[in-house]
Amino acid sequence: MSRFLLNRLLGMVVVLFGVCLFTFVIFFVLSPDPAVQICGKNCTPEAIDQIRENLGLDQPFWTQFWTFISGLFVGRTYGTGPNAIDCAAPCLGYSFQTSQPVTDMIMQRLPVSATIAIGAALLWLLSGVAGGLISAVREGRFADRFIAGLTLTGMSIPNYVLALSLQFVLVVTLGWLPFPQAVSFGNDPLQWFLNFLMPWIVLAIGAAAVYTRLTRANVIESLQENYVRTARAKGLSPGLVWRRHALRPALTPIVTIFGMDFANLLGGALITETVFGLNGVGKLAADSITKNDQPVIMAVTLLAAFLVVVGAMVVDLLYTAIDPRVRVGSAK
Amino acid sequence: MSTATDTAAPLLRVRGLTVGFPTAAGTTDVVKSLDFDLERGGALGIVGESGSGKSMTSLAIMGLLPKGATRSGSIEFDGTELTTLRERAMRAVRGDRIAMIFQDPLSSLNPYYTVGTQIAEAYRSHRKGVTRRQARTVAIEAMERVHIHDAARRVHHYPHQFSGGMRQRVMIAMMLSMEPELIIADEPTTALDVTVQAQILDLLAEIRADTGAGLILITHDLAVVSEVTDHIVVMREGDLVEQGSAERIFTDPQEEYTRMLLDAVPRIDDEIGLLRTTAAPSAEEDR
Repeated sequence: MSRFLLNRLLGMVVVLFGVCLFTFVIFFVLSPDPAVQICGKNCTPEAIDQIRENLGLDQPFWTQFWTFISGLFVGRTYGTGPNAIDCAAPCLGYSFQTSQPVTDMIMQRLPVSATIAIGAALLWLLSGVAGGLISAVREGRFADRFIAGLTLTGMSIPNYVLALSLQFVLVVTLGWLPFPQAVSFGNDPLQWFLNFLMPWIVLAIGAAAVYTRLTRANVIESLQENYVRTARAKGLSPGLVWRRHALRPALTPIVTIFGMDFANLLGGALITETVFGLNGVGKLAADSITKNDQPVIMAVTLLAAFLVVVGAMVVDLLYTAIDPRVRVGSAK
Repeated sequence: MSTATDTAAPLLRVRGLTVGFPTAAGTTDVVKSLDFDLERGGALGIVGESGSGKSMTSLAIMGLLPKGATRSGSIEFDGTELTTLRERAMRAVRGDRIAMIFQDPLSSLNPYYTVGTQIAEAYRSHRKGVTRRQARTVAIEAMERVHIHDAARRVHHYPHQFSGGMRQRVMIAMMLSMEPELIIADEPTTALDVTVQAQILDLLAEIRADTGAGLILITHDLAVVSEVTDHIVVMREGDLVEQGSAERIFTDPQEEYTRMLLDAVPRIDDEIGLLRTTAAPSAEEDR
């Protein structure tokens, strides 16, 4: 087991290194010269050279890459002398447009994205699994068809349409929800909850539809399994047959996609955060793209990749706990 | 139908058993008015090709027919009419007094639980107030009885860690732990290779000798029934073709179809001739 863990960790490091390199190459090769942007309108070639030197942009590619990587672990310093800017580890870069270390910018936004992600994930997991179960139990009946209709609708509405119409209907027209205000959970838990309710719903609906269909299909399939027939032939009560022999195999695959979906969302929900004006990582990315703030875009990209890789790893570990067949080191 | 045994009280008495499935064109009967008896301690073979209704017969006895299937006629087990039992009462019979093993032992075992758990859960659900520990002990004993070595350790293993023959032994241990009065084995050796088949059949015979349980062996393979059973029912397309003592069926088959089935069993002293198919000729007779 520990060897399996070690292998997985090593694999993760390799993947993350590759992601870093790839991202770095893209921004190194494809982006316009950051020095020119920083320099501004009244710029001389000397000034640009000076900025290049300060940022280390005059260094060869591998040196720059190395500085970036080492910056993640030990921090780095931009420029020299009195104007030097310190960027503590883990240094994801420095945004010259906002004069802030990128790491700080992301850390400020991460709690918001995490709140959105956790709430939405809970919502879609619960409603998706419940909907799928009801559909499976009532297969072919009215409830099943009704839910099928809902899931189809949920899957086909684009996020931004749903977000805008919810906002219009619930806040503007009906007035059921208050206008979002900047409050912390401690100050006004109710307002805080209502602020996040719409983003949660918007993000959850598409996923809930997918999870409903998946759960329904898995449960119906597992009820056909021979071991369910065995369980019945043993004279087990229907509750036990369902819980042990139908649900567990049916719900296990959901763990996999849930881990990935959740990790994905943690890296920021670009559209939803923007529409609802929530200062999460997604909105940070959207703002940075319009301003072409490259260090931030790059950092957000890396963060998303990191979260997905870590999410996949967590899913793998969970899977070994849940499914005995993939347990390594438990051979005959 | 010569030797139709009709003594005092057979263990199982099936009369007019009909199983129907709804189709677009109305109900199709896959088992048509079947009659047979199983004596106490007797062994009955139900033989037929795929689609002959033999598996549906066993599921009908267990009350485990697929959704939508209908069952009529009478199934009397040890004096109790099963067809009119409520589901709850039927559940008490199922697994406890009538146990069943299936064709494919891997898919018939749940991959997510240890074999010990799966043997013990049946025991615990039928014997109220049994502790986990007691049930585990029963599971280990049952595994020892089906000759699984090192049962105390293997009880913690998962189905995928067993070979095909061992899995079928686990299935048998599962049913054996309940000490059933009737064992229904639906193609128990079909998924296994020939040497393992013989071991499993020996095991079934041994258990029958030990416990005195009745056995219904369902198979398409006459070689298998010839080793284990003393009475044979031949089925085709839901109809009973003929039944009688195993000896008579083998030495003096009355029906053309039975003869064909017998011919299909390869024998070591056979000349290799044309393969006889079972298709057209007897079709009118059956309908």
